[in-house]
Amino acid sequence: MEILIALCIAFLTSGGIFLILKSRTFSVILGLMMLSYAVNVFLFAMGRLHIDKPAILQKGVTEYADPLPQALVLTAIVISFGMTAFLIVLSLRARKELDSDHVDAEGLEKNRGEKS
Amino acid sequence: MTLTTIGLPAIVLLPFLGAALVAYLSKAHRLLSFWGAGFITLLAINVLFQLSHIPFNNEVLIQSWVWIESINLNFSFRLDGIGMLFAYIISGIGLLIVFYARYYLSSRDSMGRFYSYLLLFMGSMLGIVLSENILQIVFFWELTSLSSFLLISFWQYKKDGRDGAMMALVVTGAGGLALFASMLILGNMVGSYELSVVLQNRDIIVAHPLFTPMFILFILGVLTKSAQFPFHFWLPHAMAAPTPVSAYLHSATMVKAGIFLLARFFPVFSGTAEWMIIVTTVGVVTLLVGAFFAFFKDDLKALLAYSTVSHLGLITLLFGFSTPLAAQVAVFHIINHATFKAALFMIVGIVDHETKTRDLKKLGGLFSFMPHVATLSMICAASMAGIPPFNGFISKEMIMERAVVDGFSIVVPVLLTLAGGLAVGYSIRFVCDLFFGQKTDKLDVTPHEPVRAIKLPIDLLALGCVIVGLIPMLIVYPLLQAAVFGVLQTTPPEVHLSLWHGFNIPLLMSFLAVLMGIIMYWQKKRLFTLYDRYLSRIDARVPYNLLIESMFKVAKKIDCAIHKGRIHDSIYAFIISTFILGIFGFTIYGNGELFGAEELLGITIPSVIIVLMLFVTVLSVILLHRQRLISLVIIGVVGLIVSLIFFRFSAPDLALTQISVELVTIVLVLLALYYLPPFSPKESSKLKIASDAFLAIIGGIGAFVLAVAVMSREYNPISNFFIENSKSGGGGTNVVNVILVDFRALDTMGEIVVLGIAGIGIFAVLQGLRLHAPSFDARGFNWSKDSHPLIMKTITGLMLPIMLLVAVYIFLRGHNLPGGGFIAGLIAAVALIVQYLAGGIEWSSKRLNFDKHFLIGSGVLIAALTGVVSMILGYPFLTSAFTYLNWPIVGKFEVASAIAFDIGVFLVVVGATVMILVELGKVNMKSHKLSERE
Repeated sequence: MEILIALCIAFLTSGGIFLILKSRTFSVILGLMMLSYAVNVFLFAMGRLHIDKPAILQKGVTEYADPLPQALVLTAIVISFGMTAFLIVLSLRARKELDSDHVDAEGLEKNRGEKS
Repeated sequence: MTLTTIGLPAIVLLPFLGAALVAYLSKAHRLLSFWGAGFITLLAINVLFQLSHIPFNNEVLIQSWVWIESINLNFSFRLDGIGMLFAYIISGIGLLIVFYARYYLSSRDSMGRFYSYLLLFMGSMLGIVLSENILQIVFFWELTSLSSFLLISFWQYKKDGRDGAMMALVVTGAGGLALFASMLILGNMVGSYELSVVLQNRDIIVAHPLFTPMFILFILGVLTKSAQFPFHFWLPHAMAAPTPVSAYLHSATMVKAGIFLLARFFPVFSGTAEWMIIVTTVGVVTLLVGAFFAFFKDDLKALLAYSTVSHLGLITLLFGFSTPLAAQVAVFHIINHATFKAALFMIVGIVDHETKTRDLKKLGGLFSFMPHVATLSMICAASMAGIPPFNGFISKEMIMERAVVDGFSIVVPVLLTLAGGLAVGYSIRFVCDLFFGQKTDKLDVTPHEPVRAIKLPIDLLALGCVIVGLIPMLIVYPLLQAAVFGVLQTTPPEVHLSLWHGFNIPLLMSFLAVLMGIIMYWQKKRLFTLYDRYLSRIDARVPYNLLIESMFKVAKKIDCAIHKGRIHDSIYAFIISTFILGIFGFTIYGNGELFGAEELLGITIPSVIIVLMLFVTVLSVILLHRQRLISLVIIGVVGLIVSLIFFRFSAPDLALTQISVELVTIVLVLLALYYLPPFSPKESSKLKIASDAFLAIIGGIGAFVLAVAVMSREYNPISNFFIENSKSGGGGTNVVNVILVDFRALDTMGEIVVLGIAGIGIFAVLQGLRLHAPSFDARGFNWSKDSHPLIMKTITGLMLPIMLLVAVYIFLRGHNLPGGGFIAGLIAAVALIVQYLAGGIEWSSKRLNFDKHFLIGSGVLIAALTGVVSMILGYPFLTSAFTYLNWPIVGKFEVASAIAFDIGVFLVVVGATVMILVELGKVNMKSHKLSERE
């Protein structure tokens, strides 16, 4: 099962990296979203995988999933939401100010004034 | 709690509180800020006065609290003679300046801002002179640099003000860094950052191999702050400040901070070769350079600025002599200089105010217009020149005597006499060119005596010059001796202060100086011709600007070399170097196997299917990423799969959070997508795609190996502590939530602050943004103009209370079952977003018009207050308390203070999320109006 989760992390990482290498803001945002998934799952997996042992204390149960990475990842999810939202808004503003949604200076020069 | 336990921090912190207070008061009425500033200053003086008996008895008062233990930083204060003297100068002259500025500032200037900055500066300055911990001194030292920046550039619309402020900040800031480094070394030498320890360990410090570098760093801090050669150039440029600021900072206080440090560390450093050579040389050169340029300046404030530079050099020189008597004279001259120089600056302010110019070429014969001011300036200028019977004369005589006795050779007294002559020269020039001679006809206005009140502070200072001159033993001697005790840390030598010491060499030197001054003034035309021909073009700004520009150039070159304006390259560099470092770490430096031998969980068919689904969806996002809407929908599916993973592996809280975040994010991106092109152009070459894919695969392999490596290794977590103490220590059975709101609440606090900042940042970025709203969709169809579906609107309206109820339920049970502030906040946000979807932007923006800023702010505040309450109760910050209440009907009910914290989290999440959506909605409305008009 660990191998499968590692595969998931690998897919998400690869997808994320590929997308942030694209030259348009929207693709970069998608890529960053995907990278956040990858990082969150990775962090979560650091507490190892546990099936049917949620960290809710119950009488007579002694084995629980590791709650610490979970707490970390919970806030990480919310923070990555904040980051994504900020990026989106930034990309809107950038489109307005720069008249293009290209991410590089060179690309901006080339694409200035393009209407789509 | 009495003054002897908290008096000193009270003196220092009162102005800081006052700064906030007057800024607030000025909203009600501008003059209230004046009263507030005056009151605060008086209060500080009063506290100081009540503690003054301690230094007068030659004792030291230390008040100390542990601040940051791990770096030996204590919040500790010290009151001894020298600190008291400076504190009196700072607060006393500060009071006069507060009074003066009330009449000086015009009705267009923001009085609240001025007094706020002024108090900020006063507090920082008091902090320097009353600190016991040397790191704390550096802390306040930096604060004076910052607050003086604000004060110098008070008239923000003036370019020379901004430039002068910048220059002062660069020079004193650089010196501050040097001082910081030296204090760190010093503290390391003696093993403590407390001044009392440092002062008692001269032997260790002087013998230490690092003494010389430490001392050079120290002296750099001192020289830059006190405008000593070759760093003196910033002071004349700082004269662009409002005159009360110059009178306060650039004569009496800030420029004396460096001198203060010389006095403070006098017992430790003085007498060493480094001290004697550097301090004496710099002192003499500054003395001469300052006095020389002062004589030739036409701008009254520049004249005074150079004169200040010169006098500071004189004081520095005296400390350089390293004898107790010289130190005593230095302290005496500090007092005298503060009195007459502050007064002279205030006079220039009045002249400037009345005539609208400070240029001596345009001024003259003002005596008949303002006899009172002229008389005052004659007293103060005479004191500056060292003419009897004023205080400046006494200290000058004593300085001459020290130069003869302690000066290392005949050169020092000769140079001193020369500088004295220059001082007499510029003082005569100040008075005669300003008030006597031909009446000027170059003025646009007719000057007259200013209002009575503005002259009051000058009257007092001039009176000080006279009575200190006439009866010094009565007025100033006890204070002087107490201060000198503070400098030397032993009983100071007995001296007799008086005007007349008989015919002796110092008197002769004084006589020569006066003679020289008179001759210089008499021959000034000839001298000015010479000066204009050879020296007038010397401008310290040229090398300074060259230096700054070349630094910018170098920085730009480095920047251009690394950063080529292509994110793509940076990402490549980042990922490849990470990968290489990883390989290095695990192969060459790593010891042991990469993979561990832990038993793995068995693979099940459904899991394989899920992973396959993830693979397919990720691949589809990549392949279809140019069709933006579709790729967005698919990435939503990826998010859902991720939440399934969380759910499968025993993390219900995470699954809940992920699902709700996913929803909010997708709606948000959808909204934004409306303004972005619907398709990405096809612009990558095949080669680029191939290399990108290669890099992506490398990254994926790296992540895979790393993940498997960790998960197959031995598992020895620290979380057992949390599981064992969750119920007994945190009062909840949902361990994840207890960690969030109790064990690691500080982290959570930081995170909600970040989220709040993101929300407010988004608000700021979207301010006034109008975008081009397309009227066609991707395929060229008109956007639907249909009104929002009525059934959906009705049903979602009905659902809203229920959804909010669910949020409350999730919130309340969070401590014991999956849920909590984050998730409840997101659910509430989703409930509101559904209204958004159903009712449209305009409709719901109108209804969601509560103050989101307030919500975010109060959320953070509530969370912080919960922590403070536990501090007040004597527990560490953010410790939660809980108890059980027996309610009728409901039964045993648990009340935890953590729930208050969680409310804070909830409010921030709701506030930030709704803020983002509503702001985007507002952009939408504005843009539509824009498009319709088109």
